[in-house]
Amino acid sequence: MTAPEPNSFPRLAPGCRLNEKAQQPRVLLLPERALRLNGPSLEIVERCDGRHTVAEIIAELQKIYSKAKPEKVEQDILGYLALLRDQRALDFANEKPGLEKASEFP
Amino acid sequence: MSAASMGPLALVAEVTHRCPLHCVYCSNPLELTKRARELPAGVWARVLREAAELGVLQADFTGGEPLARPDLEELVRAARHAGLYASLITSGLPLDEKRLDELVGAGLDHIQLSFQGAREESANEFAGAPAHAQKLRVAEWVKKRRVGLTLNFVIHRRNLEQLGEMLALAESMGPGRVEFAHVQYYGWAFANRERLLPTREQLDRSLEILRDAEERLRGRVRVEYVVPDYYAKYPKACMGGWGRKVMLVTPGGDVLPCHAANVLPGMTFENVETRPLREIWEDSDAFRKFRGEDWMPEPCRSCDRRALDFGGCRCQAFLLAGDAAVTDPVCSLASRRGLVDAILAEVNSAAPAHLKPTSEWLYRPNPA
Repeated sequence: MTAPEPNSFPRLAPGCRLNEKAQQPRVLLLPERALRLNGPSLEIVERCDGRHTVAEIIAELQKIYSKAKPEKVEQDILGYLALLRDQRALDFANEKPGLEKASEFP
Repeated sequence: MSAASMGPLALVAEVTHRCPLHCVYCSNPLELTKRARELPAGVWARVLREAAELGVLQADFTGGEPLARPDLEELVRAARHAGLYASLITSGLPLDEKRLDELVGAGLDHIQLSFQGAREESANEFAGAPAHAQKLRVAEWVKKRRVGLTLNFVIHRRNLEQLGEMLALAESMGPGRVEFAHVQYYGWAFANRERLLPTREQLDRSLEILRDAEERLRGRVRVEYVVPDYYAKYPKACMGGWGRKVMLVTPGGDVLPCHAANVLPGMTFENVETRPLREIWEDSDAFRKFRGEDWMPEPCRSCDRRALDFGGCRCQAFLLAGDAAVTDPVCSLASRRGLVDAILAEVNSAAPAHLKPTSEWLYRPNPA
């Protein structure tokens, strides 16, 4: 399993999205499956919007989880992003996309 | 926590039995629901809301061919408004780019497009309709839009030699996910089983190719496959357990624990027109019948695997052994395993006459 590139921009792949904010529990919906998200995994997935690099996501979570060892946070995030990539839940772009129209729903 | 209190995760919405295809392995029942008996969109909208309240996360629109309903967009919109993930399981007929835009605009999350193979002539033969070329076009259109795409190749004795070509086709289309589904023997597939069931050699080779593809495409395309359980050592956890994760609503509103349950004699299914979905899920006789472990016979009752495969498939037990309450005969521990071995022995014997290429398919017709 190769680790995601720190300068790439992860973004939820077509057909993958979070359920609505008001819905509990929060889940990542994928074709024919759903992944339940806990605190840190939700923090990560919410930042996979094509505008944060992998490195930025790591830095932001290291701040939020400042009591945890930074290297541990980094490793966990890289592992989780690789897992989501292998589920085909994430695409990784090399550059920030132009201002694309966000999903119009609802 | 009991299964009923867990709540289902997926609602299979069989919105019509009408279909432009006539596939020889269609999973629909032999007795198809007529158009005049199909639930109107308003009732579906209520059913989708009730499903979401029950904890369902995903609505799978299937059929027949859901596109045969002109109000499918309305159903997709209703699913999204209820907070559900909306998935369309389709042959891709009849569809054009304008309608695809309308469906995506309505909030459709994912399209699962079926293929009958990689070669046009034989794919059209299995589908009983000239559908293959249109499916290739539809895959291109879907790729241009922001919507999930799964390609689903249905595989069996007569097209397994094309597996490499199917993989190449899938790779060239670049979907997020590709599924290779060995035919499961229910409905029309059960009727055509002799011509569809692969040999052991074919099966082993196909699994080798698929395992290799899964590895090679990791991170690019999610490769999944379903094996024909006649060859398995243990049965599949059918529907993730009876009345445990999934509920299916037929075109006429009957609520079933699985696609094939209406073959089971003596079962009555309740209808969304007469009872709330939650009550049907929690209390109806059909959902309670094989839920949990109380119904289990030996060897399931004392088997370590009972929480993994739930005794296998009730419909398969009935179709093969004539009794829905026995251990699935595909299980190597089942007293009725001999029934399956006899079928496999015949399929794997040297070139029996009925396995030669033949045009004598039993095609699924269209309901009135």
